[in-house]
Amino acid sequence: MISKLIADIAKTLLIARWKQTLVAAIGVTFSITMFISLLSFMTGLNTLLDNLILNRTPHIKLYNDIKPSENSPIDQSEKYSKTHNFISSVKVKNRDINIYNSEAIINALKKDNRIKGIAPKVISQVFFNTGQTVLAGVINGIDAEAERKLFHFDDYITKGNAIDLKNTSNSIILGNVLAEKLLVKIGDLIQITTQNGEIFSLKLVGIFQSGLRDFDKTQSFSSINTVQKILGKTNNYITDIQIKLYDVNTAPLLAKDFHNTFEIDAEDIQTANAQFETGSKIRTIISYSVGITLLIVAGFGIYNILNMMIYEKMDSIAILKATGFSGKDVKNIFLTIALGIGFFGGMLGLVFGFLLSSIIDQIPFKTSALPTITTFPINYNLNFYLIAFLFSLVTTYFAGYFPAKKASKIDPVVIIRGK
Amino acid sequence: MKEIILEANQITKYFYDPMTVKVLNDINFTVERGDFVSIVGKSGCGKSTLLYILSTMDTEYEGKVIIDNENMKEKKEKQLAQVRNEKIGFVFQFHYLISEFSVLENVMLPGLKFNKFSKTEVEYRAMQKLKILEIDQLALKKANQLSGGEKQRVAIARALINDPLIIMGDEPTGNLDKKNSNIVFDIFKKLSEEESQTLLIVTHDQSFSANTNRTIVMEDGKIVSS
Ligand SMILES: Nc1ncnc2c1ncn2[C@@H]1O[C@H](COP(=O)(O)OP(=O)(O)OP(=O)(O)O)[C@@H](O)[C@H]1O
Ligand SMILES: [Mg+2]
Repeated sequence: MISKLIADIAKTLLIARWKQTLVAAIGVTFSITMFISLLSFMTGLNTLLDNLILNRTPHIKLYNDIKPSENSPIDQSEKYSKTHNFISSVKVKNRDINIYNSEAIINALKKDNRIKGIAPKVISQVFFNTGQTVLAGVINGIDAEAERKLFHFDDYITKGNAIDLKNTSNSIILGNVLAEKLLVKIGDLIQITTQNGEIFSLKLVGIFQSGLRDFDKTQSFSSINTVQKILGKTNNYITDIQIKLYDVNTAPLLAKDFHNTFEIDAEDIQTANAQFETGSKIRTIISYSVGITLLIVAGFGIYNILNMMIYEKMDSIAILKATGFSGKDVKNIFLTIALGIGFFGGMLGLVFGFLLSSIIDQIPFKTSALPTITTFPINYNLNFYLIAFLFSLVTTYFAGYFPAKKASKIDPVVIIRGK
Repeated sequence: MKEIILEANQITKYFYDPMTVKVLNDINFTVERGDFVSIVGKSGCGKSTLLYILSTMDTEYEGKVIIDNENMKEKKEKQLAQVRNEKIGFVFQFHYLISEFSVLENVMLPGLKFNKFSKTEVEYRAMQKLKILEIDQLALKKANQLSGGEKQRVAIARALINDPLIIMGDEPTGNLDKKNSNIVFDIFKKLSEEESQTLLIVTHDQSFSANTNRTIVMEDGKIVSS
């Protein structure tokens, strides 16, 4: 009942000064609108840029790195086990990049319930022949279906079909830059030369565009069988096993685990792409700081208006106190006014923020780097709206707190004597 | 003996700015239920200062103020506000109506704060008070649309809303012309006689004080006769 009375008094004072109130509320509305649109856009951008890399990067990659052996023979010798052994000029042995007993590893991984899926791969250097010249490139023998399912392979196919890799024998998909250089179109036959000098003809069934030009200049895709055949290897020749996990955060730990159990090199996504998280974080920090700065400015507006209102309403405050309203009641009246401005300004800000992000969402945004994107990316996240609304209440509360405190301290005797 | 409603017990007050001055010096008196008391004295003798102390708004004094058998010195700010709300009705020289509210709402405010009656009851009671003061036809006007005399009558209605033990007035007719002063005085008289309302009124007006039951005369912070 008393809180309702206080709310009523606050409301009456607010409405009587609706112009000032409106100005204060618009300040809050504006900052909340900007806060929401900025955050939605920035995180939309974050997701887009992250996905550019992360979507098609395996969480863990198992492979045989080409590097010198970790155990030199001398280390294994009993005789020198207690000494310090210095070996200089260590060279890499001709080591096979084939994953030994890949079949067993794949079967073991398939049983692991932390793993969402696996896609084996055969990678090989090849040369693409065009007229008199050859272009160096890479052919990836992939399981088209697994790639589509786990790594959004379809998103990057700009012409043709990914699944044709499986359905058409001896087929290939080229990076768009590579295809341009080779002057080929879908259905054409492409001549490739392997490292061993053998020549093969493959049919072009699709064009691939990742958005990373260097990648699209050299990469091509074919089925695992085809690449094995090109290389003259048996059908258990696999160079990479790509793993997608249910929880990406466990990747570093599992990578270590796999490295130990399978005695194979394992690289996790966090190690491979450390720089991306930094970029995302900075963009998020920028959005929050701009939003909060705007809110603080709006807070000062509210502070001013309340101070003015209290100055104008000295007499009313004095009589309220003289007739039995306590200092706390008076403080609550002005806090309610501030929170009222924050509440309605904030609410409107949420609506306008949503509208503005929807408008940004409609703005065409075409870039050769991102074939599947047609408009600016917006991340509609309920959390931003909750945070923004909370912020608007918190800022207006603090903006209102000091004037309200001042009002509560007003001594009615001083005011009444002054008349 | 009649019931004592208000007691001033050895009240002494100093002002320290710009120099130490003893404005009130050992003030002692009581007000009984139904009394109509006026306080008179030369300008600057400390009448307003005394009234602010008696009304619990000024808490910096020596001595005791006892209202309804309760020592005001022992109460906190919030409790003092409650005493003002429930037991004291104020009328100042200036009306202090809140211009954003209507006449009726102005009268209702202390009643709503009291929180003893429902809103409709408070509204009914406010209308009753306005009727007593013969300004019920102005109930829905905004406070700043009234004449000075009408405003002062609204202020009296506001002072009456919670049926206070005592009404205190600091020159309530000070801003009014003769005619309006008489109207206000007649209202006080009527309240005193018909409702046995206790009143304690500071005034400069000779004819006003002459017509009250009892007059306290002050001089230089002291009571010279009561
Ligand atoms: N805040 C203050 N600080 C210092 N001195 C004050 C203060 N308030 C009042 N005084 C002084 O105290 C004395 C009494 O003031 P008070 O207002 O009580 O007089 P009063 O009897 O009501 O006079 P009037 O009839 O003119 O209203 C005066 O001399 C005044 O100047
Ligand atoms: Mg005075």
